[in-house]
Amino acid sequence: MTDTLLEIDRLSVDYETARGDLKALRDISFDVRKGEIVGIVGESGCGKSTLISSILRLTAPNTRFRQGEVRFKGEDLLQLPERKMRDLRGADISIVFQDPMQTHNPVLSIGQQMLDIQHRSKASKADKRARAAQMLGAVGIPDPEARLAQFPHEFSGGMRQRIAIAMALMSEPDLLIADEPTTALDATLEVQIIERLQELQQEFDCAILFISHHLGVIAELCDRVVVMYAGAVIESGDVREIFHDPKHPYTRRLIDCDPGHIKERARVLPTIPGEVPDLANLPGGCIFRDRCDQAMPRCAAEVPPLAQLKEGHHAACWLNHKEAAE
Amino acid sequence: MLLYALRRFGLALLILIVAVTVMFLMIRAVPGDPVQIMLGPRATPELQARLTAELALDQPVWKQLVIFYGNLLQGDLGIDVFSGRSVTDIVFQQLPHTLWLILGSIIWSATLGIGLGAYAAAHPNTLIDRVTAAISVSFVAAPAFVVALLSLLVFAVHLQWFPAIGAGEGFWDRLNHLVLPAFAIGLSWVGYIARLVRASMLEVMGESHIRTARAFGINERRVVMVYALRIAILPVVTVIGVGMGFLLSSAVFAEIVFARPGLGKLVIDSITTRNYPIVMGSVLISTGLFVVSTALADLINAWLDPRARTAN
Repeated sequence: MTDTLLEIDRLSVDYETARGDLKALRDISFDVRKGEIVGIVGESGCGKSTLISSILRLTAPNTRFRQGEVRFKGEDLLQLPERKMRDLRGADISIVFQDPMQTHNPVLSIGQQMLDIQHRSKASKADKRARAAQMLGAVGIPDPEARLAQFPHEFSGGMRQRIAIAMALMSEPDLLIADEPTTALDATLEVQIIERLQELQQEFDCAILFISHHLGVIAELCDRVVVMYAGAVIESGDVREIFHDPKHPYTRRLIDCDPGHIKERARVLPTIPGEVPDLANLPGGCIFRDRCDQAMPRCAAEVPPLAQLKEGHHAACWLNHKEAAE
Repeated sequence: MLLYALRRFGLALLILIVAVTVMFLMIRAVPGDPVQIMLGPRATPELQARLTAELALDQPVWKQLVIFYGNLLQGDLGIDVFSGRSVTDIVFQQLPHTLWLILGSIIWSATLGIGLGAYAAAHPNTLIDRVTAAISVSFVAAPAFVVALLSLLVFAVHLQWFPAIGAGEGFWDRLNHLVLPAFAIGLSWVGYIARLVRASMLEVMGESHIRTARAFGINERRVVMVYALRIAILPVVTVIGVGMGFLLSSAVFAEIVFARPGLGKLVIDSITTRNYPIVMGSVLISTGLFVVSTALADLINAWLDPRARTAN
C-alpha cells in the first residue's frame, strides 16, 4: 500500500448536449499523495471544474462518465452508492469554491451554516458552536464568537473566503479541494489566503488539490503541477521541473504569458493566439496543434501520448520523442 | 428589524394618505350634482340644501378635505344618507365577509401553488413538470368571473354540493358558503404562484451556495426545504402581498355572482346610487387593506432575508 490518497485513472467525462457529446475530460490520469499539494493549471474551459465536480460527484444531470476511475483511498468513487458518497463530502473530502461572494447561503447566519455542516458530529449544540468559533479564530477572523451571529453579506470577500476555508477544514479532511480560491480576490488578499492555507495545511496535515490559472500561486504553493488543456492532461510533474524545463509548447507559452514572468516593458501583454478547439467536434491528432508554432505533420495524424520523460515528469508532445529530430 | 418595521409602516401611512386624497378628489370630479341624484327629482329645495350642508358640499374642495380628515381621525366616516347609520358601522359589518373570502382564496391557492411549483422544480422537464405547467397556464388564463359563473352552475345548481348564494350563519355554514367563491377567485392564483415558485426555485437551486451545501453532505431534503425554499419564497411573498389588491377586485365579481355580502358589493351598490360617504369609507378600508398587506409582505421578507433588513 502506497501513500497515494487520490488517483484519477484514465477518466473520461462527456456532457450530453443538443449538439452532441461534449468531451469535457479525456483520459485524465494523475494522483495526489497524502499531505501533498498538487496544482492544476489551465485556461478557463479546460475542464478543471468538471474534474472537481466529478471527484465529488456533484455533476450536472447531463454528465456521463465514459471511462476510468476516481479512486480515493483505493475505493472507486464513481461506483459508490449516493449515500456513501454523501458521507465523504465535507468529511474526508472538503472543497473551497471559487467565488466567496456566492458560496454561503445568504439568508442563514454563518453560525447556523457552520452548525449545519457538523451534522455528523454527536457533540452538543454549544460544543459545535464553540468548535465553529475556534475554526473562525484559526483562519484569523477577529472576535469569532460574536461574528457567528452575522450573515454572509456582513463580511468582506476576503473574510468570506477565510470562512469558507474554516468550514472546509472543520472536519479535518484528508483531501481539500481548492477551486481557484483566490481568483475573485485582490492581490494582497491572495497572498494572505495562500499563506494561511499553507499554515493550515501544515497544521491539519491534509492533501490539497489546488486549482488555479495563476502560475505564480501554483509555483509558490504546490509540490506538483498538472497542466490541462481542452479537457486533457498535457504535462505533469514536479513544480520546479515544470517551471524550469517545460516539455510541452503549451506549458511554455503559458509561462511566457504569466505577467510575473515578463521582464521587458510591453504595450501588449503576450497571449497564445487561436482558440481552444470545439470539444463537441474534436479534430484528430494533437489538440494543441492549431495554436502550436512547432507543429509537425505527425501532430495532425496521431494523438501524442502522455509519456514519462524522467522520474515524475510527463508530457504529451511529439517534440519529446526521438523521431522528432529526424 | 424594529427600525425597518417602523420605517416601512411610516411609508405605508404616507401611501395611504396620498391614495385617499386622490380618491377623494376623483370622486368630487364626477359630473352631476350628487345631492340631486341621491334624493331623486322630487326632493324639495330645502331638503337638498340641508343635505348639501350636512355633507359640506357647499364648501370649497380643500375645506371638504380638511373636514374629511378631521372626522377620519376620530374614526368617523360620515353618515349613510339613506339609512342614517354610521358608515363606519356599515363598512366594518361588510369587511369580515370580504376578508375571509380573500384569506380563504390566498391560503388554498398559495398552499397548492407552492406545493405544485416546488414539486415541478424538483423534477424539471419530467412528465409531471409538463402536466403541472399545462395546468398552471390554463388556471392563469381562466378569468375569475367565468370560473365563478361556471362553478356556480356546476357545483351549486347541478351537483348541489355547495350553496349558491349568501354568506351563511355560524362557522361551518360560512365555510361551506366560502368554498365556491374562494375557489373561483383563487384558481388563477394557483397557476400563477406555481409558475413563480418553479422559476424561482430552479434559479436558486442553480446558485453556488446550494452546491456548497451539497458539498458538505447536508441531506437533500434540508438543502431543498431550508437552503433553497427560504430564498425562493421571497418573490412569492411579495407577489401575494400585492395580490391582495387584485383579489379585492376579483372579490367584487365573486360577491356579485354569489350574492355575497362584502366590500365589493357595497362599493358597486353605493357608486350607482352616488352614496359618497359609503364609497369613500369602503375605498378607504380597501386601500388600507392593500397598503397593510404589502407592508406585511415586506416585513415577512425582511424577517426571512437579512439582506433586506440592512439595505439602506
